[in-house]
Amino acid sequence: MTTLKEVRQRAEADAKMHGYALNPDEEMLQGILKGLKRNEERYGYPSCPCRLATGQLEKDRDIICPCDYRDPDVEEYGNCYCALYVNQEISEGKAEVQPIPERRPPQKLEQAYTSGGPDSAPEPAAKPAVVSSASETNLKFWFCKVCGYVCFREEPPHKCPICGAKQEMFSEILLGMNWMTR
Amino acid sequence: MNRIKVEGKHKDHQILMYAISTCNWCRMTKQFLRDLGVEYEYVDVDLASKGDQELIKQHIQRHGGDLRYPTIIIDDKILITGFRKEQIKEALGL
Ligand code: SF4
Repeated sequence: MTTLKEVRQRAEADAKMHGYALNPDEEMLQGILKGLKRNEERYGYPSCPCRLATGQLEKDRDIICPCDYRDPDVEEYGNCYCALYVNQEISEGKAEVQPIPERRPPQKLEQAYTSGGPDSAPEPAAKPAVVSSASETNLKFWFCKVCGYVCFREEPPHKCPICGAKQEMFSEILLGMNWMTR
Repeated sequence: MNRIKVEGKHKDHQILMYAISTCNWCRMTKQFLRDLGVEYEYVDVDLASKGDQELIKQHIQRHGGDLRYPTIIIDDKILITGFRKEQIKEALGL
């Protein structure tokens, strides 16, 4: 069984790797970590403690911590939805964590209920998930000019998770499509 | 549906809160209501049956709310989403 200490160490390592910090309020932090631990016990994976999970890995994949919404949320609001991850400003006490809007699409939120979600209303054909989400959310390819690490997200990471270079060291990869169609 | 009642000295409003048992914002909202001394009931949606979850979804959507927690419904009229201290106090006239 995963211990609270392990859950914390994992989050700390992830925060460090991406240039974030954990919530500086120890009581809040403990509450969130306990929620993550509980979810890992009951679902088998650490799904977001503040969101209703289905318990089915495929449907909950986007909300396994760190969720797909963390990076844009910390970027825009300074903290993630649960306020586990925060930016430097909040970490240093210059700003406070706040409840933020939900970035997860409503169709995804509905999946946990019997009458909701893509499964209960059969769709004619499954759409390729990556293509639709990329066009909806402006995902782009970025590369680290120091070590060559490539990622696919709206904004480049605060810090390169591989070599630790700063955000400014990332450039967008502009894909020329013509060579692909030839 | 298993509604848990929390006693309080202010009983002027019927307060129902939908929460998630693991959610820290929900925990803080429960504590905030307790500190205000208002009587309220809550349901931990993740611990509810599938049938009850569906009823909760319908209840929230009937009031125009999003499926996110905490959601507080006051006197079956006003819906507040999230840990919004000022909004909660204002709606309760405190
Ligand atoms: S909102 Fe924060 S705590 Fe919740 S899954 Fe996302 S990163 Fe983890």
